[in-house]
Parts: sequence; structure tokens; C-alpha cells
Amino acid sequence: MIIANNVSKRFGKLKALNNVSVTCIKGECIALIGPNGSGKTTLVKSILGMVVPNSGFITFNGKNILHDWLYREQIGYMPQIGRYPEHMTIGQILGMMKDIRKKKKTDTLDEELIKGFELDTQMNKRMGTLSGGTRQKVSASLAFLFNPEVLILDEPTAGLDPLASELLKEKIIREKQKGKLILITSHILSELDELITQVMYMQEGDLRFHKSIENLRKDTGEEKLSKAIASVMKNS
Amino acid sequence: MKKIVKYVIADILRNKIVLAYTIFLLAISLSVFNLDDNATKGLLSLLNIVLIIVPLVSIIFSTIYIYNSSEFIELLVSHPLKRNKIWISLFTGLAGSLSLSFFAGAGIPILIYSPTATGLIMLTMAIILTIIFVAIAMLAAVMTRDKAKGIGISIMLWLYFSLLFDGLVLFFLFQFQDYPMEKAMLTFSSFNPIDLGRILILLKMDISALMGYTGAIFRDYFGTETGFTIALGIMVLWIIVPTWLSLRKFNRKDL
Repeated sequence: MIIANNVSKRFGKLKALNNVSVTCIKGECIALIGPNGSGKTTLVKSILGMVVPNSGFITFNGKNILHDWLYREQIGYMPQIGRYPEHMTIGQILGMMKDIRKKKKTDTLDEELIKGFELDTQMNKRMGTLSGGTRQKVSASLAFLFNPEVLILDEPTAGLDPLASELLKEKIIREKQKGKLILITSHILSELDELITQVMYMQEGDLRFHKSIENLRKDTGEEKLSKAIASVMKNS
Repeated sequence: MKKIVKYVIADILRNKIVLAYTIFLLAISLSVFNLDDNATKGLLSLLNIVLIIVPLVSIIFSTIYIYNSSEFIELLVSHPLKRNKIWISLFTGLAGSLSLSFFAGAGIPILIYSPTATGLIMLTMAIILTIIFVAIAMLAAVMTRDKAKGIGISIMLWLYFSLLFDGLVLFFLFQFQDYPMEKAMLTFSSFNPIDLGRILILLKMDISALMGYTGAIFRDYFGTETGFTIALGIMVLWIIVPTWLSLRKFNRKDL
């Protein structure tokens, strides 16, 4: 569904991505793992077209994303640090996105998370006054709102309280069962165990490996994802 | 696209600065027209304000606004919207609301006190200058990520267009005073939209005689239908070229 081909990106002297090639297929749930500054967010942002690669290309359903923008209709993106206009309220942000994106009256919206996170009771709060966790809740709700085929979640549970984080995890599992492609970056490996089917490991802008979780367990002899990754990091 | 423009304009109008700008223009133009019975004198006083204040407010406000809406831009870019549309919507919103503000603040008094061809030209020039400086501001804002640097570039550009350019032209004239410079002056003036606006307004005011021989040359050239059209065309180019450059830059920008 998403194919990246030899994608490279530099920020000045820093090589953020170095000839990364990945293939993501529908129905997979992929964990994107790596140390800080290994290029995870840059890869995610290149898929979204927010960062333009220096070389290489990315296709979505067989179409190059470079001059296309409609493909983003099928992606729900939850940024690591959600930045929103400070003076707008939660209600206005959600209303505006619905207004801009919704084409037909019949399009169904997935407001499960808005209710689950109890955002509907704090619609009048301004974005500038929100705590980091509540901002994350808004980002998550926006990502799931339009029933996208692909979900890209950048550090989804960072800053969320245990209750909310559990709720989000259940939601991710439900969406996964619907056969959607889910791409998660996270440092909290223990919570990924029950979600993912594939692991991508990045280091210093290189994609070190991309294999299924069963293969990773077999290769490292560890049952837990956190231990398996730790043994990979030690050996590399 | 209409929806984004709607949100941008609503956001700008909520900002008190634009309202203050309107009231300021209204106060100035009303006092200028009421000072003297002769509306043409009023227009002449207003001319200087138009040529200094309008570009200054347009360029500074737009630059700061673009930097402050970086969150808004980031939010929209991750959604299925064409980058061109986001950028053009911001441009339309800014140019539209600042022009509207000028029209309400100074345009209506001009139309009431001096509904002549001169008044109309002045109104048109001010609105075109507003749009040009919004376009230049957007180019300055897209060039650098650093807000202080971006605003600095804007201020320098404004200084250049309203003060430095004239100084340079004068310097040039003195250096080459032994040569006939009238034709060259025509070309120079197209490099500065403020000058172009000033010449077009002054020519309509029939005081070009004060500008000496060069004034007569200007009269000959810009006073004609074709000259006027060419001048207007150059001003439109001053809108199109910066917008096109900033659009190109924005399309390749990493967010």
C-alpha cells in the first residue's frame, strides 16, 4: 500500500534518512522503532508529504505522492507534538477540520474517541490552555475522525494517562481488526507487544531491518519485544 | 479553498490590529479632509500617508501573521489539501482583509469628500500596494524559519522601497547628470511599486509641472492610455512574481 524507494533526506549536514526503502501492506500493524534522532519522524513526515525527500520516491497505492495530495484522505496522522492554533477552542478545531474535509453529508465520522476521552464536555477550552495530554487526545481524535484506511501514529501514548492510553490501545486493536494499515512509532516497547505484527528498526537514518514479529522472536530467542530489541541493539 | 479563506479572514478580523488600522486610517482621512475646504489638498496630504503607512502595515502585519499561523499551516498540510491552495488562501485572506480595512478606513472618506478620478486612482493604488506588499511579505516569511530574521527582512524591504530606493536613484542621477536620464528614470520607476503608485497619482493631480522636465517626460509617457496600462501591468507583475516565487518555495518546504 505504501512503498518508499531509496528515500534520502538531509537537513544541512545531518543525514536524517539514508536510502530507506520500505513496503507496507494493508492489514499490517507496524512498529517503527529506533533511538532518538534515528529518522523515524522524518520517515513518517515524508510519507505524509510534510517533508520533501532529497532523492527517492514514495508511492501510495501505486501513485507517486509527490504531486498528489488526495491520497492523504486515506491517512489519519497523529503527530508527536500536536501544534494547533492557540486561540481556537477544541470545538472550533474539530469543527473546522470537519468543515474543510467533509465532502458529502453522508460521510460517517468516527467520534468514538472524542466521547471516550470526554472531549465533548470540554469543547470550549482553548488549545493554548490545554495540557500536553489533552492535546494528545485531540490529536488522536482527529487522526481517527475521518475513518482513514491508514493510521500513522507518532508516539501515540506519550503523555497520556494510563486510562486514556488503554482506551487508545483498544481503539487501535479494533481498527487493526478492520484490516487497516497501522504504523506506530514508540519507545514504550512493552505496550506494543499485543498490537504489532511487524517491526522496523531504524538507526542513524538507516533502516536496519524490517521483519515480522515471529521472525524477530525466532532470531533473537526472546519472547518479549523489549528484550528482543535490546538484544538487537547490543549486537549491532 | 473558500472555506480556508473564510477561516483565515475570520481569524484576522478577530485580531484587534486590523480594527485599529481601520480606525487610525479613518481618523487621519477624516481630519485631513476636514482641515481644509479644498479636497484636493486633503488628497495630497493623504497621499503621503498612503505611500508610507499602507506598505508598512501590510508588510509587517502579514509577515508576523504568517509566522503566527505556522501551527495552522502545519495542521492543514497533514490533511488532504493542496499546498498551493493553503498558501493562496492565506494570501487571499490577508490581502482581502487588509484591502477591506483600507477601504473602510480611507476609501469611504475619499469617496465621500473627493469622488473624483484622482480619488479613485488613489484608492486603487492603495489597494494594489496593499496586495503587493502582502505578496512580498509572504515571500520574506517563507524564506527563513527564524521569525526575527523574517520580520527583519520585511522591515529592510520596506525601508528599501520607501526610502533607500529614492536615495539610490538620486545618487545615480547626480553621478550621471551630464547625460539625458529621462528615459532611464522611466525604467527605474518600474523597479519600485511605491514610486510607480506615486507617479500615477501625482499625474492625475495635475501637479506634475512641479516635477520639472522629468515630470513632463512622465506626463508624456504615463499620461497616455498605453503608458497607464503598462504601469498597471507592471504593478500586477509586482503581485504575481513574489507570489509565484513564494508558492514555489512553500511547495518544497519541510514542515
